[in-house]
Amino acid sequence: MGFYIARRVAWIGLILVIISILIFAITQIMPGNVARMIAGQFATPDVIAAIEAKLRLNDPWPTQYLRWARHVLAGDLGQSLIMERPIGPMLRDAIGNSARLAVVSFVLVTVLGIALGLIAAIRHNTAVDHAISVFTFLGISVPEFFWGIVLILVFAGYFGLLPSGGAADPSASLDTAIKHLVLPAATLTFALIAHVSRMTRSSMLEALRSPYVLYARAKGVPERSIIVRHALRNALVPTITVLAIDIGWLIGGIVVVETVFSYPGLGRLLLFAIERRDLPLIQASILVIAAIYCFANLAADLLYAYFNPRIRYGGARS
Amino acid sequence: MAELAADGVMSSRPRHRSRIRPTLVVGALVLLAIVVVAAIAPLIAPYPYDEMSILSRLKPPSLEHWFGTDEYGRDVLSRTLIGARPTLLMGFGATALSLLVGVPLGLMAGYRRGRIDETIMRAMDVLMSFPPILLGLLVLAVTAPALWKAMLAVGIVYVPSIVRLARSVTLEIAQEEFILAAQARGDSALRILWAEILPNAWPPIAVEGSLRVTFAILLGAALSFLGLGAQPPSSDWGLMISEARAFIEKAPWITLAPGLLMCITVIAVNLLGDGLREVLDPRMRLSRA
Repeated sequence: MGFYIARRVAWIGLILVIISILIFAITQIMPGNVARMIAGQFATPDVIAAIEAKLRLNDPWPTQYLRWARHVLAGDLGQSLIMERPIGPMLRDAIGNSARLAVVSFVLVTVLGIALGLIAAIRHNTAVDHAISVFTFLGISVPEFFWGIVLILVFAGYFGLLPSGGAADPSASLDTAIKHLVLPAATLTFALIAHVSRMTRSSMLEALRSPYVLYARAKGVPERSIIVRHALRNALVPTITVLAIDIGWLIGGIVVVETVFSYPGLGRLLLFAIERRDLPLIQASILVIAAIYCFANLAADLLYAYFNPRIRYGGARS
Repeated sequence: MAELAADGVMSSRPRHRSRIRPTLVVGALVLLAIVVVAAIAPLIAPYPYDEMSILSRLKPPSLEHWFGTDEYGRDVLSRTLIGARPTLLMGFGATALSLLVGVPLGLMAGYRRGRIDETIMRAMDVLMSFPPILLGLLVLAVTAPALWKAMLAVGIVYVPSIVRLARSVTLEIAQEEFILAAQARGDSALRILWAEILPNAWPPIAVEGSLRVTFAILLGAALSFLGLGAQPPSSDWGLMISEARAFIEKAPWITLAPGLLMCITVIAVNLLGDGLREVLDPRMRLSRA
């Protein structure tokens, strides 16, 4: 297990180097003149020369990349061009906000998705099962931004119950903090829940038809115990894979949802950077998001190995 | 000889059960209707999609403007009809792109194995270590956004999953006897891939492709919504919804028309995809990413 983790971490390190080169290549080299892009199309040659000098854009690009990479490794993500502030603290605040939203949504997706899938499998082919399929089907068919806007219209506009956007101050009461999370988290959960509940349902149905469940029934094990201890435990293994895939969707969805709800997280920061052509901020936030994604995937794989006895017993015990 | 072998293999597999469910038909018909509407949109739209009128700004739905007007007094119905075009183009164009790139790579990797396989799959691993939307954002971050760039970005995002699928299907088929027969006959690798493997590999790939279309529509709409797809004043559902956000409480109809149509489109493609999956792929692959 230790060896496996070390290899995976090394692979992630390699991937991040490749990604950083890609990010750098795309942002700094490909589309012609960076300085012109920052200054806008009406900039005078002096302005462009000044920007080039400031960013040292005239150095050969491997030099530029190594300089950037060295700073990043030393923990210095550079200065935002637009805000003229160090990027590190900005990213930290944004990551905190995004993490809160992501964790809440992910827990909701996991708990509700497994619960819905479980209920649908137990009530297979009944009205309850069909209602759940329709609900989850709508979830993957409605774009999250549209769903978010409808929620704002209903709960913030019409009923006036919840704030339409923003995040609570760190000093605000728990009540306010929760209120700000309800709508964005509900939007993300609805968009993601289908994958989990469908997978749980189908693997649960398979497990309930398996010989070991038949055997447990024949032994007279109570139905509750059959479902929870025998069937669900095995049915959850593929669900974990789906949850891992959902991490990627969650990161994509969070960019959109943060925009809809003006939620000051990582996604909105990245979008702000893109709109203002703030290259250092774009590079830093994309790198950070990619790193988070890689490590989240690693965590998911480890969980999968932990829950799947076939992998665990395959000589990979820690 | 080759025909015989191929037939033998086909019959040893579970034959496609022809259970065409009504949802498949409904999905196909609705999608067809939307495609037709998109095709003839300029003919049936009551107004030019970009005709502004200061006097009739933000008007609620009426007999003159069935879906109301937007903040420039443009007719929402006409804009919604025209807006179907970039959305469909995005869904099917990006999917076609990822199939065109992904299927040959996957077939190559699965058939040639060895170093080619290794190289292709490692490259795909790198691509997959980007969260789906991020690669698109990266490309669009640095160049002026345009619909075709968003389409390209979405297409690239889905290449790895197509490659993986095509590869695993090919690995399976390459073991079959009719491939050995073709090899013994001295057919070139290219010919074997084209004439022997592809015809047998396409059903799961088609199913995967149909699922990709909805993801591509949704991802493309998200990019447009974020301002990174179609650009104003052109009409695109994601863009319309994003532009209408500022007026959401005063004029919800500008958002609802394109939003609901987008939902209907995605539902139709999803129904079609689910139906196709049952007809073409009885093993019911459930992976969705």
